[in-house]
Amino acid sequence: MISAAEALKDFQKITPKTIPLVEPFSKGHRACQGCGEVLALRMVAKAVGMDMIAVSATGCMEIISSSYQTAWETPWIHVAFENAAAVASGVEAGRKALIRKGKIKDTGAKIVAFAGDGATADIGLQALSGALERGHDFTYICLDNEAYMNTGIQRSSSTPYGAMTTTSPPGPLSKGQMTWKKNMPMIAAAHNVPYVATASPAWHVDLMNKVKKAVTIPGPAYIHIYSPCPTGWRCGPETSIEAARLAVQTKVFPLFEVIDGQFILSREIKKPKPVEEYLKGQRRFSHLKPEDVAYIQKRVDADYERLLKLVQVTNPEA
Amino acid sequence: MGRRVGLEVSLACAEVVGLCNADVVAAYPITPQTHIVEHLSEMVADGHLDAEFVPVESEHSAMSCCVGSSAAGARTFTSTSSQGLALMHEILFIAASLRLPIVMAVANRSLSGPISIWNDHSDIMAERDIGWIQTFAENGQEVVDLTMHAFKVAEDKRVCLPVAVNLDGFILTHVIEPIEMPDKAEVEAYLPGFEPSQSLDPANPISMGIVGMPEIYTEAKKANAVALEESYSVIKEHWEGLAKQFGRTYKPIETYRTEDADTVFVTMGSLGETTMTAVDQMREDGIKVGQVRIRLWRPFPVDDFMEAIAGAKTLIVIDRALSPGLPAGPVATELRGMMYAKGAKQYVANFVCGLGGRDVTRAQFVEMYHSAQKAAASGAEMSCQMVGVKE
Repeated sequence: MISAAEALKDFQKITPKTIPLVEPFSKGHRACQGCGEVLALRMVAKAVGMDMIAVSATGCMEIISSSYQTAWETPWIHVAFENAAAVASGVEAGRKALIRKGKIKDTGAKIVAFAGDGATADIGLQALSGALERGHDFTYICLDNEAYMNTGIQRSSSTPYGAMTTTSPPGPLSKGQMTWKKNMPMIAAAHNVPYVATASPAWHVDLMNKVKKAVTIPGPAYIHIYSPCPTGWRCGPETSIEAARLAVQTKVFPLFEVIDGQFILSREIKKPKPVEEYLKGQRRFSHLKPEDVAYIQKRVDADYERLLKLVQVTNPEA
Repeated sequence: MGRRVGLEVSLACAEVVGLCNADVVAAYPITPQTHIVEHLSEMVADGHLDAEFVPVESEHSAMSCCVGSSAAGARTFTSTSSQGLALMHEILFIAASLRLPIVMAVANRSLSGPISIWNDHSDIMAERDIGWIQTFAENGQEVVDLTMHAFKVAEDKRVCLPVAVNLDGFILTHVIEPIEMPDKAEVEAYLPGFEPSQSLDPANPISMGIVGMPEIYTEAKKANAVALEESYSVIKEHWEGLAKQFGRTYKPIETYRTEDADTVFVTMGSLGETTMTAVDQMREDGIKVGQVRIRLWRPFPVDDFMEAIAGAKTLIVIDRALSPGLPAGPVATELRGMMYAKGAKQYVANFVCGLGGRDVTRAQFVEMYHSAQKAAASGAEMSCQMVGVKE
């Protein structure tokens, strides 16, 4: 198998002027108003193009897209909640065998698995880990809206500290979510897969280029996309992109890539905004006290410092 | 021409999957299924089988991987046992409702707890309603033939359903038997290449596994049920084809010495062979007994079964699994329900034996016979009895 660097040698970046016009994910779905996740999904689909085979986990994006009138213009399969990576493994293995035996033509179709944070970080983590370890040639997209939004805003292991959900309610004995957000991109990177990235719909060209890289590089790729959910985050539907942008600007959700183990910052935050600015836009954090905000700020700063060190250690020339 | 070989049944199962030219094998180890996928992995490593061998991280992922590869249009095989089958449970329904022709060998084994690696039918009896075609093999030859037949039926465009071939763990899987192994050309003549009616192809995009709103869910389930019911004639047709080509005949229900039998033992799987020896012994003693063996469990061959028991007065149904909370085991419960609907008058005695690998002896068949006769003579309803319990 060729290396990631070799595969990306002739990589043609998508620019604002060359954003693909294709819409593998079409209009007519039933996402909530202001859904950041469906916006991210549409960008992913545009970047991959029409030669995509989509595998979907159970969740918002499956429910809103697969009614009578499916929103998918490319082949799509949904099986269950926790197994998108395993189903994608099967699709990849099946096609590989059929191509080798000359039963189907190799059109270079890209296999892309879509799953929410619950389907990725909780119930589907084992299947994802297995598929990444086995080295199937597929791209896994985690659309992270930071809770089980499809079932009515229950906490997941990807819910950030302090967030109010229906199963992490604040009260005299609780601050809301009591644990820190599980670091899925780092877990994926620990599998030594050729490509891992974080992305945000607020930086849509960056997002699309990361997806394009992921499907260009042979082997497994993982992209963790920050996907605001106005319904679950208790913010206005018009504020989705603002929330996504603030998450990056406050270092809450830094954008980076890990290519063949080398960490690359997509956007260095030299003058970060205070975390408070991000938190105050969402009512899921409205119960937090100044000391909670200070605690979150401290942890966000420490995590960002750690990321910078990883960049220095793995990629000293950057 | 095929040849007669002495082969461990697991290896024979793997060999025939190779002869069937499977494209993808998903594999997760579990006793006593392991020898099947071990041998398949060797065949792939040695270049004797051109397939993708996917060593998944769990049985749940094994069945999920099978769904993916079958949906991609690849001939797909896996095998499992016991807890592994239980872990697949969720996906088994989906494989059937997506109409994917996956073939799976189930090396039947008991379920925890307590943990036991040995044979009974608890695993598959917990999967009665998954919407798969299910057959039960009695010996190694049947494993080979039913596996070939499974691909043939599953991929038939009139069927498009997954098939589970059940073989008793250890009692069959780990036994060396003389087996007529067909050769490659013979298998290819019986089973041509898989041509899926639809697959995940960007040139012809389809959505599989969409959300079923209340206005469509019932119809989707009915379609699955009707397909399973209608597979019956195709199953028989392909057994006839198998008989024509290989000279071995298969029927949904097999009978042994039932012509003038007053009492018949109803069995499934490898216990059938022990039952035949018990029947022979009791016949020598002048007892008119016979055996009815269920080879096709789903779709259940109701009419064949009713015909097979028509002459008998008493049925002794042997269950290899419990149905706690009911007065009968799973097989007896189903047969009673079926017979009631048909107005049948036979007395049904029910025994559970051979749980978790406990041996079933010929002497126990005699005991079962006498208990059943006594109960039948009294006319009183007989709750399920467990055979050979140490109390």
